[in-house]
Amino acid sequence: MVKNYFATRWGIIGVGAVIGILAPILQKLGNPGNMGICVACFERDIAGAIGMHRAGVVQYMRLEIVGFVVGALIASLLFKEFKSRGGSAPIVRFVLGVFAMIGALVFLGCPWRAMLRLSGGDGNALVGLAGLIVGIWVGTLFFKRGYNLGRSQRSHTAAGWLMPLIMVGFLVLVLIYPQIEGQFKSGVLFYSLKGPGAMHAPLIISLVVGLGIGFIAQRSRFCTMGAFRDLILFKQTHLFGGVVALVIGALVTNLILGQFNAGFVMQPVAHNMHIWNFAGMVLAGLAFALAGGCPGRQLFLAGEGDGDAAIFFMGMIVGAAFAHNFSLASSPKGVGPHGIAAVGVGLAVCLFIGLTMRKKI
Amino acid sequence: MNNAIDARGLSCPQPVLMTIDRMKNQKNGEIIVLVDTETARENVTRAAGNLGWDLVNVQAEEMDFKMTLKKE
Repeated sequence: MVKNYFATRWGIIGVGAVIGILAPILQKLGNPGNMGICVACFERDIAGAIGMHRAGVVQYMRLEIVGFVVGALIASLLFKEFKSRGGSAPIVRFVLGVFAMIGALVFLGCPWRAMLRLSGGDGNALVGLAGLIVGIWVGTLFFKRGYNLGRSQRSHTAAGWLMPLIMVGFLVLVLIYPQIEGQFKSGVLFYSLKGPGAMHAPLIISLVVGLGIGFIAQRSRFCTMGAFRDLILFKQTHLFGGVVALVIGALVTNLILGQFNAGFVMQPVAHNMHIWNFAGMVLAGLAFALAGGCPGRQLFLAGEGDGDAAIFFMGMIVGAAFAHNFSLASSPKGVGPHGIAAVGVGLAVCLFIGLTMRKKI
Repeated sequence: MNNAIDARGLSCPQPVLMTIDRMKNQKNGEIIVLVDTETARENVTRAAGNLGWDLVNVQAEEMDFKMTLKKE
């Protein structure tokens, strides 16, 4: 058996540091502020690019996401870990994906971005991270009571290829319908003329960085939710090391690039309604915990053939559509008109899932 | 094999939770854990190591792993 150095303590720390360094560089090259990489935001932009919502400022086919899945696919094939599987309560995973996205969009960021916002000096991120930890902690209480979503089954190898193929399809769409200066539409794809969706690193760089991170994250099992979950549930610091390295790597890079700006107000793509920053991330953290991975980890799992993780991704895409079509998502002005109600509904649904799904294995 | 922990098909953190639960009741001896992903194998090995259990054998069976953990 080949030793997997990425899965050692220094391996995961190295992977976290690399992600932490690359994200602010992507920001320097054009990605939005404190959003060098944000899995939730970028999936939301993809939902906009394919017209599932029509929020004009967040429409862009983010190739970082494509790279994450395909990079993980390549790593899993090279190291013979690709395994097509699925069928562990797919509908529950879909619903968890929907509400994970809604919670993240009330805060304005996934756990990755929460850490990148912190490394950029955005104090609101501390409130969001506190919410994330509380959400994950509630999830661990359910785990202790026997919560689980049941076993997955092996499936046809080709079934595991579908999600990477969808991503390749997205890439092909970008190549056929590239952005046209001053136009909000190119063929079937929507683009943003202003706002975060109009800010992006060059396509090829987004794709290459995405592929690289997808590769090393698959090998290391990097997971921002798992970092806190394992710490709370098992007092294990393995994954946590990766998260700490990400924050330190990003902080140092931001300082070098002059992108560090401490404070709570006028932070890029952020609002400072503390209660809802907190509550949004409680919802997201709980949904990620119940689904077994942060949004990044779900993409890497989907790349190695996990159909349940792919369903979670689909849930997040649909959640993004709901979030913008129903005015649930926040903006720098504050929470959306129906964001608070959506957080309440989401928490109720997650508690229902956590309390009722305790099948004895 | 009857008292083997069958964690195949279960996602994080179930394989580790099941292994640790068993270790709470069984202070030493041998525990067999069946998992079906490399990730689960690594996680169970790490968690067992923290509790003083050694991985003495891993057998690849088709697509699964049969792990033998021991503690004196």
